[in-house]
Amino acid sequence: MPDYKLKIRRFDPESGGAAYWSEYDVQVDSERSVLKGILDARDRQDGSIGIRCSCQAAICGSCAVRINGKTALACNTAIGEAAAKAGPGNPIVVEPMNNMPVIKDLIVDMDAVHWKKVQRVVPWLLPEGPPPEREHIVPAESMIDITQSMACIQCGACVGACLALEVDDEFVGPAALAKAYRFVGDPRDGQEAERLKDLAEDPHGMYDCTHCFACIEVCPKDVAPMSQIMRLRRRATNDFEIKDRNNGYGHEKAFVNIVEKYGTLHEAQLLPRSFGDGSLIKGQTEPGAVRELIQNLPTVVNGLKSGKVSPVKALYHHKLPDQRNVKKIFEEIESKDERLELNLYIVAENSAEEEGAMAEGSQES
Amino acid sequence: MPQHDVLVIGAGLAGQRAALAAAEGGASVGIISKVHPVRSHSNAAQGGINAALNPEDSWESHAFDTVKGSDYLGDQDAIEIMCREAPEEILHLEHLGVTFHRNEQGKLGTRAFGGASAARTYYVADITGQAILHVLYEQLMKFSDSVERFEEWFTTALVKDDTGRIAGAVTRNIRDGSIELFTAKTVILATGGNGQIFDPSTNALICTGDGIAQAYRAGATLMDMEMIQYHPTTLAGIGLLITEGARGEGAHLYNANGERFMEKYAPNKMELASRDVVSRAEQTEIDEGRGFPDGTVALDITVVPKQRIHEALREIVMVGRDFAGVDITREPIHIKPGNHYVMGGVKTNVDGETDVPGLYAAGECACVSVHGGNRLGANSLLDTLIFGRRSGAHAARVAKGMSMPTPAGEDLGRERAMIDGIVGRDRTGRRVSEIRAEMGAVMDKHCAVFRDEQGLNIALETVKRLREEAKTVSVDDKGSVFNQDVLGALELQYMLDNAECIVAGAIERKESRGAQFRTDYPERNDEEWIKHIDLAAGDDGSPEISYSEVTMTQWEPQERKY
Repeated sequence: MPDYKLKIRRFDPESGGAAYWSEYDVQVDSERSVLKGILDARDRQDGSIGIRCSCQAAICGSCAVRINGKTALACNTAIGEAAAKAGPGNPIVVEPMNNMPVIKDLIVDMDAVHWKKVQRVVPWLLPEGPPPEREHIVPAESMIDITQSMACIQCGACVGACLALEVDDEFVGPAALAKAYRFVGDPRDGQEAERLKDLAEDPHGMYDCTHCFACIEVCPKDVAPMSQIMRLRRRATNDFEIKDRNNGYGHEKAFVNIVEKYGTLHEAQLLPRSFGDGSLIKGQTEPGAVRELIQNLPTVVNGLKSGKVSPVKALYHHKLPDQRNVKKIFEEIESKDERLELNLYIVAENSAEEEGAMAEGSQES
Repeated sequence: MPQHDVLVIGAGLAGQRAALAAAEGGASVGIISKVHPVRSHSNAAQGGINAALNPEDSWESHAFDTVKGSDYLGDQDAIEIMCREAPEEILHLEHLGVTFHRNEQGKLGTRAFGGASAARTYYVADITGQAILHVLYEQLMKFSDSVERFEEWFTTALVKDDTGRIAGAVTRNIRDGSIELFTAKTVILATGGNGQIFDPSTNALICTGDGIAQAYRAGATLMDMEMIQYHPTTLAGIGLLITEGARGEGAHLYNANGERFMEKYAPNKMELASRDVVSRAEQTEIDEGRGFPDGTVALDITVVPKQRIHEALREIVMVGRDFAGVDITREPIHIKPGNHYVMGGVKTNVDGETDVPGLYAAGECACVSVHGGNRLGANSLLDTLIFGRRSGAHAARVAKGMSMPTPAGEDLGRERAMIDGIVGRDRTGRRVSEIRAEMGAVMDKHCAVFRDEQGLNIALETVKRLREEAKTVSVDDKGSVFNQDVLGALELQYMLDNAECIVAGAIERKESRGAQFRTDYPERNDEEWIKHIDLAAGDDGSPEISYSEVTMTQWEPQERKY
């Protein structure tokens, strides 16, 4: 069996000391997991290494850690591959997840950053009326669709990797929002509008996501939390015209309208159109939006300073001369009866198969 | 000092279902789990849950299949209850929000499963256990006012009052190492199985038979402990499970010669015979030299349409990809029988009551017995839910009419001293992991698919020696916060208690029935052995054996063919 070197970030809360590193040489088959390596070190060398683990099969969600800087389940990361990524001569570096307080060694406190947020999205079915005599009759695809978010094992990898959470620790977060979609997308739930309104209006809600794809990349179960967040937003805007406090709805609509008109993004118009319905300069902005715009003056000033916008550019935006391809995209989307999930991840991967979104993994791309 | 009408220990499907039922019955409920509830091993149940819900199906048919599957060792009154109540439970879960697979009409759809005469397995892709577990946890979050959760608390012992009635449990808060006496009018054990006694096993690291051992030490009777299920399709070496759903969807088994060998063993049901039958067939092929060099046979899932694989066997695609480097949609995967489930456990009646007053057991740690000598696939989820609910409801009713008991002894001080003793011990004895590895190997060698007296005696002697050695293990971790090392030492002792009972039962049963196949007694012997083997802890902690009757209602034993 090959030898591997593990470098584990340790922390003993009872010592009063800071975190430190311990290195262990372990003998494990290359296709076995990093977890197996850690357990080997714990079994043979140091029984005090702390890590939550149970199933060793990527279903219990206990062992999310950072391996060579990337959040993953220790149990489904092959130790040979981890060593290859670390590079010749370098140890495999194992650390606790980010964004959560460390309790001991690789064990983090998921309560405040994860479980409380899950609880916050009212994570139980709220059906309308009394239950039917037998089962609810619902489209087969709808159950397959939400089974993607049901596949979440609450390991917290996405929470640990979320960049938005890093700057706003009150952000509801990818896991809880994926859980929210499990109810919003469930035809048996009677509170779709209320749920969406709640998550849209919360300043730390679904518009706090910055589309960085980190959660999709690290999710071991292909839940693709960001995709679920995008679905929440689309339902909120398209189906319920919910206007949120962050003005995510207006922003998204303005973005699309500007691109449709000019073929490219007219940045100077993005802000006024996001809040009002027209151009500030041409005086088409709704009166109520002026206050919002004034609050956003610093953004305008920054734009002017950096040269992103100028008074000239603001008045005369360069239109794309040939907009045929842009038109084609709009026609293509508008010709569909069903809503096209404007999610690059899903569409690019499997536009044809309905269950494709859940069947194919990010790791396979 | 926490006090509850009903204290549930373990928060998998049985525990959560019991807690919800007890709360519904008006009881104050506490639920303790050594891991966060959604980490429980119920997650691993992939294939589905059985119920005769279709109008063309009948509970009698489900019950008969279960009786036959049990090799006539299951108690038929309990089986009748489980199968009668199954449809209602499925609908209840559906109403709570479980995302069961639908057919084209949007109604609940089924898949075929082993040993069943109709397709009556309801499922969520191949994550059925996970889907139900998470939905029940949603309900626990919903009812957090009436069910108090103690997540990451480790129970070390059950506590009685001076009349011998159950009075609570001593429990350690894993996060800070503090230890508490939980007082309760009734205690429901829902601590799951003991697969970690065997190496390899499909079971999670937490499946160490804690509740079974605690009940046994508290004077409860264990039953049918020799009945250990080896699942036909597990990955060699690491023991990961490949769902029976794969065969339910049509996958075939081949030996190294390319023969679909189940034709010889079960010409009618083929790959969908009972698990004991399929496991024995595979082991025979392997033992007689028709397996692959790695001691396996092949499971060919490529015969299932690709789209169906992605829709219904998604987890298995991942298991193949991540743990075996095999794309199951394109090539066969090598598998072998592996430890999976204990049919035996704490003996209970159909309301979950054990023979210790006030103590209940439900789920895999219990033996009602609905599985007898061999459990049918997709009956375990059903068992956890039906008897979890019945235990919870019954315990709540009982608790209503009584006052809070007073724990008799100095349990708290004794348990605290016991743990301090292990932590404070200097390194002299063996490491926990060494003893665990030796136990796992000997059990898998001698107490697996095929057994004989000689091998079982070796296993028994080994386990007895290891039990002594376990008394002097030392641990590296001297801290209080998340001291998993000391918990490992406690789990080791639980496992060894379980192991001794398993081997003692296997030696006692001098016939072949269900999962117990004795090469020295290869026939089923209905005249002498249609009876349960009961085990009670003697003064030295070793089991004393007695027998109890198998309840028969309407199904006389027949020859068992698939």
